[in-house]
Amino acid sequence: MQVNENKEFQPLIVAFCCNWCSYAGADLAGTNRLNYPDNIKIIRVPCSCRVNPMFILRAFQRGADGVILCGCHPGDCHYTSGNYFTRRRMTLLFSMLDFLGIERDRTRVEWVSAAEGAKFAATMNEFTEAVKKLGPNRRLEDLRCRKQ
Amino acid sequence: MQEAMINKAKQLLADGVVDRVIGWKRGEFAYDITPAVFTSAEELDESFVYDDFTAANVSKYLVKESRKDGKVLAFLKPCDTYSFNQLVKEHRVVRENVYIVGIPGGPKLDAEKIKAKGITGILSVKNENYTLKIETVYGEESMPFYEAVLDKCASCKSKKHVIYDELMGEEGDVLDSNRFDMVEKLENMTAQERYDFWREQLSKCIRCNACRNVCPACTCEKCVFDNPDSGIENKAPADSFEENMFHIIRAFHVAGRCTDCGECSRVCPQNIPLHLLNRKFIKDINAFYGEYQAGEDAVSRAPLNEYKQNDCEANIVHERGVE
Amino acid sequence: MQRIGVFVCHCGTNIAATVDVKAVAEALGREPGVIVSQDYQYMCSESGQNLVKNAIKEHKLTGVVVCSCSPRMHENTFRNAAASAGLNPYLVEIANIREQCSWIHKDIASATEKAIILGKAAVAKVHLNAPLTAGESPVVKRALVIGGGIAGIQTALDIAEAGFDVDIVEKKPTIGGKMAQIDKTFPTLDCAACILTPKMVEASQNEHITIHSYSEVADVKGFVGNFTVTIKKKARFVDETKCTGCGLCTEKCPMKKVPNEFNMGFDNRSAIYIPFAQAVPKVATIDPNNCMMMKTGKCGVCSKVCSAGAIDYKQEDRLIEQQYGAIVVATGFEPIKLDKYDEFAYNQCPDVVTSLELERLMNAAGPNGGTLLRPSDKTHPHKIVFVQCVGSRCDDSKGKPYCSKICCMYTAKHAMLIREKYPDTEVYVFYIDVRTPGKNFDEFYRRAVEQYNVHYIKGMVGKVTPRSDGKIDVQASDLLANEQLHIDADMVVLAAAIEPDKTARPLATMLTTQMDTNDFFTEAHPKLRPVESATAGIFLSGACQGPKDIPETVAQASAAAAKAIVLLVKNSITCNPCVAHSDELMCNGCSSCEKVCPYGAITYIDKEFKMPDRTIAVRRVASVNPAVCQGCGACTVACPSGAMDLNGFSNSQIIAEVDAICK
Repeated sequence: MQVNENKEFQPLIVAFCCNWCSYAGADLAGTNRLNYPDNIKIIRVPCSCRVNPMFILRAFQRGADGVILCGCHPGDCHYTSGNYFTRRRMTLLFSMLDFLGIERDRTRVEWVSAAEGAKFAATMNEFTEAVKKLGPNRRLEDLRCRKQ
Repeated sequence: MQEAMINKAKQLLADGVVDRVIGWKRGEFAYDITPAVFTSAEELDESFVYDDFTAANVSKYLVKESRKDGKVLAFLKPCDTYSFNQLVKEHRVVRENVYIVGIPGGPKLDAEKIKAKGITGILSVKNENYTLKIETVYGEESMPFYEAVLDKCASCKSKKHVIYDELMGEEGDVLDSNRFDMVEKLENMTAQERYDFWREQLSKCIRCNACRNVCPACTCEKCVFDNPDSGIENKAPADSFEENMFHIIRAFHVAGRCTDCGECSRVCPQNIPLHLLNRKFIKDINAFYGEYQAGEDAVSRAPLNEYKQNDCEANIVHERGVE
Repeated sequence: MQRIGVFVCHCGTNIAATVDVKAVAEALGREPGVIVSQDYQYMCSESGQNLVKNAIKEHKLTGVVVCSCSPRMHENTFRNAAASAGLNPYLVEIANIREQCSWIHKDIASATEKAIILGKAAVAKVHLNAPLTAGESPVVKRALVIGGGIAGIQTALDIAEAGFDVDIVEKKPTIGGKMAQIDKTFPTLDCAACILTPKMVEASQNEHITIHSYSEVADVKGFVGNFTVTIKKKARFVDETKCTGCGLCTEKCPMKKVPNEFNMGFDNRSAIYIPFAQAVPKVATIDPNNCMMMKTGKCGVCSKVCSAGAIDYKQEDRLIEQQYGAIVVATGFEPIKLDKYDEFAYNQCPDVVTSLELERLMNAAGPNGGTLLRPSDKTHPHKIVFVQCVGSRCDDSKGKPYCSKICCMYTAKHAMLIREKYPDTEVYVFYIDVRTPGKNFDEFYRRAVEQYNVHYIKGMVGKVTPRSDGKIDVQASDLLANEQLHIDADMVVLAAAIEPDKTARPLATMLTTQMDTNDFFTEAHPKLRPVESATAGIFLSGACQGPKDIPETVAQASAAAAKAIVLLVKNSITCNPCVAHSDELMCNGCSSCEKVCPYGAITYIDKEFKMPDRTIAVRRVASVNPAVCQGCGACTVACPSGAMDLNGFSNSQIIAEVDAICK
């Protein structure tokens, strides 16, 4: 993605939201007309633990500038334990991406309940700002394709 | 050692304890040693090899070998026993069909390091008081032994056999290794430096799949990268996702299962330090969820298959030290 | 070739005011596979739904995308509409362009652009949707209740009342549980036995109830509606069907020095025994560890005196297997062991007792016939100190972090009963807080303080020291007066914390239900599903789920029964079709998926495979029970080979969405 000098950089952000808490939280943000940037595109999954690291890497490879994963608060998972597994998986994955030199602020896990419409909107505003600051993702595909 | 192992194998074959032996054979060059199956004393005498270049971990071969009829004898070095134990845990090998003789471990030699000294045409090597005497077609050469040792052996984690039926030689201990030094060094770099490091390394990959093929944790019946239904398989150049993500996904798939045997880096023809990805996961797991050594036993839960309610949050990555 | 219809809803102006719906319909109409793309004022209205139905029929659609409000609102509406037009309901996808687009954005151009992207993602997904059919699984019309205390009895009675067969498995020789040992109940002070024993009898006489006493659950297989349970009936060396409960054997048994566990060891029983007079079933049990005949082969008195010929020294443990549709766990609680509390001298001094021991000491059917006497010298105590929260609300590893909930009330009860019966006895209660929420509870506590002059002192007891003169020195602090106290007590009563029964954890493993760190069973939802476990078909009754008093236990027992009945009245249960499934050809049999499944839906089978070289290989492969799987997808990520996938949210579907969004 090329930064246009006249236009502010608009990042592409994929948000994975669990059906029971965070997706409902996103709906609530909508119901309450709480604005957040249209950079955020939500993909609904039954539980945050459904999110395979492959999906996140795929998003980055296809040009996403940030990926955020939202699930029920620990202890509140609709499936009782899904988000605990999510937490371990994503902690390790994000740490690995960091290790590979992908900026930490391009990835985030956030727990948003069905009642936290305001938190959802605030989180998305914040995250979009953070990714905007980083500029376009250097994309993981560069690792291979753009040899210096 | 080779002689004692051949005798042991012959005896176990003769006594009917085992039906086959998995060991090693010499390839085209002296340092080119690959696993092979032997079924008779004659075969053993003819080509069984165990020397300073015999680094290959045969655990993975037992996934297939142990499912055949009869019992197979496997000589396992300490590091190999961790791999084998992990495979037992994952029900990938049939334990009853394997007779394990634990043999002392390395350090094993890296032919590339010898060649890097300009020494070619290697015929045989001998360790004399930590000086490596190398017989070549051009005459004898020598170099300090430890300069020729494989990286994976230089940072050996354990001399202990975690599973065996019989032991040849003394039992060793788990070692205090320096194996996370390089990971730490990378962690202390800036994001840009890390990015540049890995771009340089990973861009060398030719996707020969040697790392995957040798990895004792990569024993899937069908790898996701070969599966058209996985959503990420794609051989066409239009989508380079597969090749870019291969190493990250592979490291993630073996996270919590990788015993750090180091075979991936040993076999990489491009000398990519792939083991650093695995070690990064191991280091993180130890730091976040408590010390865990895959393969140490055959029952404990893999760290990614369990959780604690008070596990750290994913933003621990953000909170940690330098950018 | 896919034939996809796209339907874009205006939702009045809710969507249309910020999203150019015509542009969305037009853009999506150009997507591959889309053969019809329309917009309409209110897609969820009857005429809107008809638009969808007619298009399905007219264009022979293979997939439908509705761009509208959240799927949480109308996904079912459109699925039903599709089904009524002959399209599998799971071939419908919703693009949420209201809550997650038009309502949060202001700029028409960018909101329209986003709506198109969301629509494209839904089209990409629906390309890969597969028709799904909800499976059905039959329900065995029989329930198992594990535990025969008041919780188990009440649950069983209610289920039986609804006309279903129900079995109670109780590990002790008699049902009745802890309530049978209790003297009076708070806050009414009515006799526990008087209200419990009729229920025990009712249970034993109910034609729908079978009581397996002196039995344990040995194995549980199966799933909701169809559990197979192995029950171990432990050998009691007495034929239950012959024993009349006359008790002659217990009188004649020469071995009479066995500590009586029912009376907390304050008196002795014989080697062959009936736990208490109202035991159900009222049959004798031989304790083989103390029976002379069993140990030395010499005696046989009970066999000689038994006119019914019920004694059978050769009886063995017996396993019975039974099918159940529902299982109710009612394993109850135990007071914690006080071994680690040296400061209270529990192990050193016989006159330091727990509250449950005090119940027996005061019980008319207890060791002293209802007269409260010190265990050490059988004298009347004049000064009694009660210590609250022994092991409850503890931060250290000795005790429990939680409040045991019942101690404040039973201590008030004990104090009041003692003051009532022995006005010359002074009673002190040391407490952290007095917690009395509950109907008539606080009034009860205030009566103890105001009417019966029980000395309630806020503070903890530091040390209890038995003295040589038989008195017990109690050192304590009075936090309100800010002074140190020394009380020379005759007896000390410790309100020991309660914990789940020791059998609960192995049972939870068998049932694949979840427990918290304190080994209490975890409910499916703390607010909305308090009597169900997260595992379908397993219900929770009484203190196995958390500390409870009797009325709460009974309420929960009946609630658990109602939930079990809701399941049992069905002939079959419909399963959610969006469940995981494993591709056996790719499965490694590594057990990763099984470890992360919260429902125990995954089992392993050894299966034969024809290999390409025509040999047959036997491989261990995972198999998902669709009746048990709830579709979270944890297994799909745990699976390294990608053999495990989730219907409705498959790997390729989600990747298609990612690709559509990231283009």
